Amino acid sequence: MSEALLDVRDVKRHYAGGRGGFRAGPVVKAVDGVSLQVRAGETMAIVGESGCGKSTLARIVAGLDEPTAGSVAIAGEALSVRGIRGRREVARRVQIVFQDPFSSLNPRMRVQDIVAEPLEAQGMPREERMACVARLFQQVGLPAETGSRLPHQFSGGQRQRIAIARALSVGPRLLVLDEPVSALDVSVRAQILNLLADLKYSEGIASVLISHDMSAVQHLADRVAVMYLGQLVEVGDAAEVFARPAHPYTRTLLSAIPRLGVQLADAGAPPTEGPASNAGNSGATACRFAPRCAHAIDICRASQPALALHPGIPRQVACHRAAQLPLFALEQESTLAPALARRLAILRNASETRHATPAATV
Amino acid sequence: MSEFLFELRDLGVAIPTAQGLARPVTQMSFGLAAGRSLGVVGESGSGKTVAMLASCGLLPHARVTGKVLFDGQDLLAQSPAARRALLGRHIGMVFQEPMTALNPVMRIDKQIAEPLVTHELLSPAAALRRAVELLDRVGIVDPQRRAHCLPHELSGGMRQRVGIAMAIACEPRLLIADEPTTALDMTVQAQILHLLADLRREFGMALVLISHDLGIIGQVTDEVAVMYAGRLVEYCPTASLFSDPQHPYTISLLGSLPKPGRHGERLFAIEGTVPSPLLELPGCRFGARCQVAGDVCQRTVPALRAQSTEHLAACHHAPLEKLLAQEVAA
Repeated sequence: MSEALLDVRDVKRHYAGGRGGFRAGPVVKAVDGVSLQVRAGETMAIVGESGCGKSTLARIVAGLDEPTAGSVAIAGEALSVRGIRGRREVARRVQIVFQDPFSSLNPRMRVQDIVAEPLEAQGMPREERMACVARLFQQVGLPAETGSRLPHQFSGGQRQRIAIARALSVGPRLLVLDEPVSALDVSVRAQILNLLADLKYSEGIASVLISHDMSAVQHLADRVAVMYLGQLVEVGDAAEVFARPAHPYTRTLLSAIPRLGVQLADAGAPPTEGPASNAGNSGATACRFAPRCAHAIDICRASQPALALHPGIPRQVACHRAAQLPLFALEQESTLAPALARRLAILRNASETRHATPAATV
Repeated sequence: MSEFLFELRDLGVAIPTAQGLARPVTQMSFGLAAGRSLGVVGESGSGKTVAMLASCGLLPHARVTGKVLFDGQDLLAQSPAARRALLGRHIGMVFQEPMTALNPVMRIDKQIAEPLVTHELLSPAAALRRAVELLDRVGIVDPQRRAHCLPHELSGGMRQRVGIAMAIACEPRLLIADEPTTALDMTVQAQILHLLADLRREFGMALVLISHDLGIIGQVTDEVAVMYAGRLVEYCPTASLFSDPQHPYTISLLGSLPKPGRHGERLFAIEGTVPSPLLELPGCRFGARCQVAGDVCQRTVPALRAQSTEHLAACHHAPLEKLLAQEVAA
């Protein structure tokens, strides 16, 4: 695939297990054979429960960690994080936005210096840097005069804007967004989701979005990859996966999303709990989801299914029974209650009127 | 005797800080009947947790005013000893972080047995046996063996189940759960919510569920109280919050949530941030972020008024359709 901007090939990241000291334990296969392509301008979401390896994969893609095996290439060039030159080269192509804007910004640096630091590392002269910073501030919606303040003088939402400006500064081809709105208050989450959508459509930046917040994923992602215990189990068009999941695990995961205004009693039975990590998993001999799967049969416990196309399913699924099981149809509410829609329109209109005549209201 | 099991009347909380007096909760009133469930929803800093902690006397340094009635008794007027006799027995609490809420160096069955020995006067041996039954009831597989575990040996979901077992040990009449699923995975969250719903049916418990997540509030509650910056801004049956929201904050919040199948559509974003609890404002606390705020909103605090039977909202402009009529008139 030459058109892929990001090409992840059979990436593995294994950690030597152990209980401290010198006692060796089972190897933890955090990421265990993941292949994934992201096209230019596309947002690919990676979803799964905690411990499934999605953040490890994100760190590898962002060049913050090295895979045990496999390769990662961006725009056809392999990522090599070895040495300062390799690191600098990686940083120009891919940048990451972390979950918690309270710990990802240096508390003792002025925010304009935080945003300019990647440019400085790439060797841009000072005057140019400052011009760049002004442009970035405008792009992410930060007031220009706040540049000389320190991070603690900003709210969570504004800090996340600063982190996004820093990531954008070097003009990366790919952004890795690791839970970008999870630490934010509900009322400011929408601001940041709108900003990320703007960047996607206006700048055409491709991104890998890691999130457990399915509503954020549905909002931003073009495609979605579902990860379970270190491996991908389903990869496909986001809207289709959300409407008609094929893998039993995807269904388990998606049916756990609360539907707005729907009582639990009407929402169906709870999914079963599974292991939090695959430490000690011998792998290769069984489907990893089989112990939790209501559809598991003998073959599921005897051999591991590979991610593949199946007849009648428009995407790749790693399930022995994919062709036999009907696609699940998930109910989703996409319309607003009439009174809510009407009142929201009133607020929207009022907002537009205010922005049209900013001086009149002061 | 009131019709409510749990009632707040004009609860106010003031906490002296180095920067001045903070008022995280002002004039909060509601009543919850026995066996019913109430969702308290608000973002961080809205005062939802502080209100519940203060009403149970768990904020020793705060100045708490108003009345908190449980079964007709004022919790705030009681001696600490009398209050302790109620808490853990008739009022159970579940906290957000199951790791920090449990004692890390004590076997879980002993932690669950503690309130049984204190309140129900069971012998330690009987209490430990009951603890195993409770672990089984909250869905811990192999409870006999797990009973001897320390909290760090359990997964997050299991720890929260232990926290719930502890809270329901004495079959309380009211369970207060503060963000019980926030630290958990979505699939585990669904299981815990189902467990809470089952237990509520089984014991006829009333439930106060504190959460920032409108999705889970909609799943398990009969009534909902929306808090913003220390004040109750809307109070209504849960279904009516989604079908007929009145307060601009609630409407904006519902509008800011991404909808399935509306990929990439622009979300309604609430500008600005929550005002500091140190700030005394003469008017509506949402005024600075509200799209329809007028002069009256800057001057006077809107009272919580009935918009229809059972539906209260604190907004000068509710229902918003009024504004359209005024525009036409003008």
